[in-house]
Amino acid sequence: MAVELEQILRPIDHPYPPFPPKFMQVASGELMVIRQVTREEIPDILPHVEPLIHVERDYYDIVSVRVYAELLGYYRHRVQDEYVLVAQINGELAAIVNGRFATPELGVSLHTLALRRGLRIGAHAFAAKMEYHLDVVGQKEVLIVAESPIGFRRWMIEYNLAKRFEIPHELGGVPSYALTKEIFDKARGTLVVGRRPVPEDLLKKAQEKILPPSNPPKPPPDLLAATRAAKDPTGTAILLQRWKLARPASQSDAGGQEGTV
Amino acid sequence: MREVYVIGIGITSFSRLEYPLSEIAAYPAMMAMRDCGIEKVDHLYVANMGASRVSGQTALASAVVDTLSLTPAGAEAIENGPASGASAIKQGFMAVASGLHDVVLVTGAERMREVNNLEATDFVATLTHPIAEYIYGTTLPSLAAMFTRLYMDKYGVTSRHLAMVAVKNHDNAMNNPFAHLHQPITLEGILDGPEALTNNPFVSDPLRFFDFCPVSDGAACVILASKEVADKVKRPRVRLAGVGQATDTHAVHEREEPTDLLAVRRAAEQAMKMAGIKPSDVDVAELHDAFTILEIVESEEVGFFKKGEGHLALEKGETRMGGKIPINPSGGLKAKGHPVGATGLGQAHEIVTQLRGEAKKRQVKDAKIGFTCNFGGFGNNVVCLTFMRED
Repeated sequence: MAVELEQILRPIDHPYPPFPPKFMQVASGELMVIRQVTREEIPDILPHVEPLIHVERDYYDIVSVRVYAELLGYYRHRVQDEYVLVAQINGELAAIVNGRFATPELGVSLHTLALRRGLRIGAHAFAAKMEYHLDVVGQKEVLIVAESPIGFRRWMIEYNLAKRFEIPHELGGVPSYALTKEIFDKARGTLVVGRRPVPEDLLKKAQEKILPPSNPPKPPPDLLAATRAAKDPTGTAILLQRWKLARPASQSDAGGQEGTV
Repeated sequence: MREVYVIGIGITSFSRLEYPLSEIAAYPAMMAMRDCGIEKVDHLYVANMGASRVSGQTALASAVVDTLSLTPAGAEAIENGPASGASAIKQGFMAVASGLHDVVLVTGAERMREVNNLEATDFVATLTHPIAEYIYGTTLPSLAAMFTRLYMDKYGVTSRHLAMVAVKNHDNAMNNPFAHLHQPITLEGILDGPEALTNNPFVSDPLRFFDFCPVSDGAACVILASKEVADKVKRPRVRLAGVGQATDTHAVHEREEPTDLLAVRRAAEQAMKMAGIKPSDVDVAELHDAFTILEIVESEEVGFFKKGEGHLALEKGETRMGGKIPINPSGGLKAKGHPVGATGLGQAHEIVTQLRGEAKKRQVKDAKIGFTCNFGGFGNNVVCLTFMRED
């Protein structure tokens, strides 16, 4: 019975060609590999997504929690025709992008999650995702929404996406935009870069193990905790109880300061 | 005139700070008060450029003095464009030097990431000439680009030199826990590699993405005091030994030679003359590298190198850590960040930290004399400061 029920619950994936891995050099000079991961690799990725659910900064919380659900949905066979690409630098997980094939002609972009900032890693990974839909699978267009201002700037503005406001995106909420083949062609060589084939040792290193990101986004400091007034009756003073003003300043890496905000 | 000492310092990280501006301004003030063990001050100067426009808040000084429970001390805001921070320090200097006050707190804060990059760029562009520049769409990046092109043609500066400034300052910022950008970059990644044009696209030709400072939130504070007060504070003694300020034409095209930054030259001369030093005496400097070209040009105008030779000194590594004159050990505006109204105070914070010998991994060895250049407008209102360690 359980097996039969699972057969009902589990969607049947259609055969789509795999994403051929590619690599590129980022601003730090490091080489980044973007490749498709298998279902079996998802448990290696989830522990690196989970902490970001608690990062209430730059929409990491909402994007991470949705990516986590989508990865789990892929792993547990609950989403039809989903795929996951990862970007890795020296084996370290740098970005996760995913999407699915709604029909042979229409793609749906789900999420882009950068685990390392400041090197256009998310943008490179997003471009690879679009390449998968339009060049590898040969779809006509990809429906896209943004959940953060950064995403909106990166996708809607930089690519100058077409409006598809009449089509509801399956992530819900905001109006849909679309990346068409024509728009994508204009971005080649500027927004869309990368080289193939990936050198054997580079690909092997990436496939060997998905290493944790060494400097993932962190939660913002709780500066508001400092607003609890010790002296000010209006309650607006920044006087943390633990900061005794007369206490000699400690010497730390910050150079005579304790911690950072 | 009385001698003026920096007795306390504080700073926030320069990044995105999603808190009320008055709290952002107050936080480093708290740290500075703790740094020197002072709980009362006579007066506050609060440096800020865009609170009324970006944060929708006016009378910032009144908010900050109350937030800090420092009433009834006097308090006022100082706005002088991106040189607001050093201008506020100058006001504090004059108050103490004149004998009007014994202890003044100078804090600067800006919250720029509340708006998107386009709005932030437009907000900063309002410092340009309203009729001769702004209405034609002039922005600071576009002025910097034209300035850079002229400099390239006249003195042989190349895109590689600009990229070298960026790489150096990103490297320095790796050792600064308060810096906005903690990401090393390489010449190959941003200039030479096959993907360099995507990693480092043109923003305003010839300037590319990594030639610009980030848009930052942040705050920094110094507490200035008379010698009598400083004598009682058990912290390394750093004197604010020289203050200089100069202006130039508002519209850049009205300058006889647009590649000269005369206000920088004059403000630096004043700040060094007052301190009784010459450029070669300076051990460490924080220059206003909102654009990479500015670090090169300012290093010439303040007298570290001959005019037109700053890029050659850069090539030789003279401005790196361990070089003849390390410039921007903090990462500079380029990598530490540029919360405009707070930048001058951030520069002062770094120099005082250096002179105290407390900069740890980014410490310039045996630094005794430090110098800052806070560049307002496009070089039309510049404030320079000289700091000296006294043992």
